[in-house]
Amino acid sequence: MEKLLLLMLFSSAGFASEPSAERQNTLRNMLTNDCGACHGLTLKGGMGPALLPDTLAGKPDEFLAATILDGRKGTAMPPWRQFISHEEALWLIGILRKPES
Amino acid sequence: MTRLLPLLCFILSFNVLAELRATGDLGIVIEREKGNALIVNTTKHTQLAKIEKLGDLSHASVVFSRDERYAFIFGRDGGLSKIDLLQDKLNKRIIQAGNSIGGAISQDGKLIAVSNYEPGGVKVFSSDTLELVADIPAVYGEGKRSKVVGLVDAPGQRFVFSLFDAGEIWLLDLKNPKTPAIKKFLNTGKQPYDAVIAEGRYYIAGLFGESGLALLDLWNPEAGVKRVLPDYVKDDEKLPVYKMPHLEGWAVAGDYLFVPAIGKHEVWIIDKRQWKLIKTIPVLGQPVFVMARPDARQIWVNFAFPDNNQVQIIDANELSLAKTLAPGKAVLHMEFTPRGEQVWLAIRDDNRLAVYDTETLEEIARLPADKPNGIFFSARAHKTGL
Repeated sequence: MEKLLLLMLFSSAGFASEPSAERQNTLRNMLTNDCGACHGLTLKGGMGPALLPDTLAGKPDEFLAATILDGRKGTAMPPWRQFISHEEALWLIGILRKPES
Repeated sequence: MTRLLPLLCFILSFNVLAELRATGDLGIVIEREKGNALIVNTTKHTQLAKIEKLGDLSHASVVFSRDERYAFIFGRDGGLSKIDLLQDKLNKRIIQAGNSIGGAISQDGKLIAVSNYEPGGVKVFSSDTLELVADIPAVYGEGKRSKVVGLVDAPGQRFVFSLFDAGEIWLLDLKNPKTPAIKKFLNTGKQPYDAVIAEGRYYIAGLFGESGLALLDLWNPEAGVKRVLPDYVKDDEKLPVYKMPHLEGWAVAGDYLFVPAIGKHEVWIIDKRQWKLIKTIPVLGQPVFVMARPDARQIWVNFAFPDNNQVQIIDANELSLAKTLAPGKAVLHMEFTPRGEQVWLAIRDDNRLAVYDTETLEEIARLPADKPNGIFFSARAHKTGL
């Protein structure tokens, strides 16, 4: 029973980190429009590098989340912390790693 | 039969007349996600045609042939499409690079130059056939290739462009297209992000990697590239930039230049007799386009995310803000009619275009468009740098 409770806690925590359907739409819209302005509509890159699964492979989630939230000094990548939470950044990284999902 | 001939001629000419279309008041609107180009009439506020499947137009720009019959569209994916405005159709389309940012048409209208990120460089094509005329790789350092930005045409069959990664400005002379002559200016400033040519004479690149602007006077290239407004914005004062300013519409009004600041929510007014900053105008966000109405009395400014639902208008006589408008969600681009009585706005997230009267500042028309991100009118055909 204790194990089950723990499991439920974990799964509900996992569930809670998923943005609401409405928020997901907003985030996807940001991805195509605002991220896409530099990284390309197809995410093959532009002023910024490509954000395709292959280019992101080997880069840990937390490294990518830090880049999204705090930007990258010396490049054109700005910090998005004011507009995106840590959980949302991780959710976006998930989308980038599995674009078909 | 001889009697019938004049009648026949009359009927024939009538048929031809019915199909005639002038192009001086036409334009192209880009639908970024669908990859479409709409042909619009700016007098009647109508859409005439939709040309589909032009690739990734998430960043796109357009130049026009000097006869204003053809529009050349530069897509993000390296696509170069030639649209026939008379016949509402795609004339020819090539993929000339992996990733590109914009282009220009030569003084004589015969050459189309494209600036590419990948592979970094400039390619030049015949505007007639889109066949390759010259290939200029942007090589710097030890064989590295730079992204190319801020490509403009200049008098004398020349093009000028900037190397983002190298911090260089190149002057390309194509009087003889088979043997291109390149003059390189090195160490002109870190990370030039875009550039503009003012009055066919001053090439000015905005810098992202350091403060100020790089200026090349094409009447006196021997003097080299000068730095304008150095150290104006300190690094620690810089605000995040959620979209790079575009300098193409840079506004010249008399002796003054109106310039989007970068990393500051300001428009700068520069006196171009001395290249000194004479005033800063605080605006509501990071300016993207700072564009003068053709008579230069008004300067229209749009903004980067998250302030892109508003537009501000500067009075060029008072040198102050005159009005703030809220046209809709995500105003990405503005284009004035040739003599400036109206301005068209591309409002991406509302899926429409809005037409404003520039005297009353009232909206006078709307047209549907799917995620529009660029508006280009054929009158650009006769303007250096557009």
